Amino acid sequence: MNGGADLGGMMGFGPVIEEQDEPLFHAAWESRALGLTIALGACGEWNIDMSRFARENMHPAEYMQTPYYKIWIDAAVRLMKERSMISEMEIQTETVIDPPKPVKRKLGASQVSEVLFAGGPTNRPTRGAPTWCLGDQIKTVNNHPRTHTRLPRYARDKTGEITKLHGFHVFPDSNSQGLGENPHWLYQVTFKSRDLWGEQGNDRDTISLDLWEPYLRAPQ
Amino acid sequence: MSSDKHTHDQDHDRDHDHSHLTDTEARVRALETVLSAKGYINSGAVDEIVQTYETKIGPQNGAHVVAKSWSDQTFNRWLETDSTAAIHSLGYTSRQGEHIEAVFNSDDVHHLVVCTLCSCYPWSVLGLPPTWYKSPPYRSRAVIDPRGVLEDFGVSLSATTKVEVHDSTAEIRYLVVPQRPAGTEGWSEEQLAKLVTRNSMIGTALALKPEDQL
Repeated sequence: MNGGADLGGMMGFGPVIEEQDEPLFHAAWESRALGLTIALGACGEWNIDMSRFARENMHPAEYMQTPYYKIWIDAAVRLMKERSMISEMEIQTETVIDPPKPVKRKLGASQVSEVLFAGGPTNRPTRGAPTWCLGDQIKTVNNHPRTHTRLPRYARDKTGEITKLHGFHVFPDSNSQGLGENPHWLYQVTFKSRDLWGEQGNDRDTISLDLWEPYLRAPQ
Repeated sequence: MSSDKHTHDQDHDRDHDHSHLTDTEARVRALETVLSAKGYINSGAVDEIVQTYETKIGPQNGAHVVAKSWSDQTFNRWLETDSTAAIHSLGYTSRQGEHIEAVFNSDDVHHLVVCTLCSCYPWSVLGLPPTWYKSPPYRSRAVIDPRGVLEDFGVSLSATTKVEVHDSTAEIRYLVVPQRPAGTEGWSEEQLAKLVTRNSMIGTALALKPEDQL
């Protein structure tokens, strides 16, 4: 979606300012927000692409001004409300009003290490052969879905080169909508700075993105 | 206090942030209470997750990978040809590190990693990302003006050095292997690892030089 999260190439935010000796968490709520987000994910009621879609659905003006862990918590609440797992009244009153919905799993303290270190690989058994080879020129699609996609606005309808084949990976555009993993070939595609940014680019630098086959077409 | 905003009226921001974070703190607390009571989460598991990222998973992991790559030719070649397997062999297998590409800086090429769409970051080797990495100034500008961003971090590259920016749009995570500083011949892996900062593995810094160390 063309939402507040699709920030590549936007202007006006000012310089990048690094907080010196930044702590891992600035307040206790940030660490709880991290832990809650991961623990809720382990319930198995949504996938990572649904989480990202929920986060980027925040109003753009709000998204750009909200601390990141707050974006996460708001998205988790949105996902739970969509599934009737929790209500605003329950959060406001800090009490249980409706009976809990059954969830697939509940992460116990003793399982945390195993779950975190197992991760969640997104590569899948391959089907068919990749359409593109290293060195091929491709053009990205000019597509502006209202739903989740991982082809940012700045790289749509642009010409680039296939620089790596990553394998066969879960396709977020489908997975975020509950339409299944629908895996596709995933490539690293490298764009010349000039081809993305015109006069503001240069002749030396490149930008690479990791893009699934449905985002790619043969150049005209 | 965390602030993603640097460009607006500072007094206004401070007031705004204060009430905002207080509300957020109360809301997160209420949420944890209700979610525990409903049986969706276990607060002990939340504690474990936080402790894992406080003590076990951080940039020391990536520094180990880089130092080993600098000092062990066989590992260096493995990291080049199959970064994921090489990194996993050191035990760094955790989430947001399932698929990793190591990219190597040289005199000719400097790599810079960003996630313009969210905050994708190689957690297994770098831990949790710093606030600036997740914030609009970096995410917006790293792709259109990487050299300007590098200047914000005090890194000036030679005009002949090519910048390769990697926008982490899929589940492939990028780890920058900075150049090994001069004057470190014969150093042990442990000594070398101390030169490898988090930012040098994102690409917003070079590795420390021996003389930079206190």
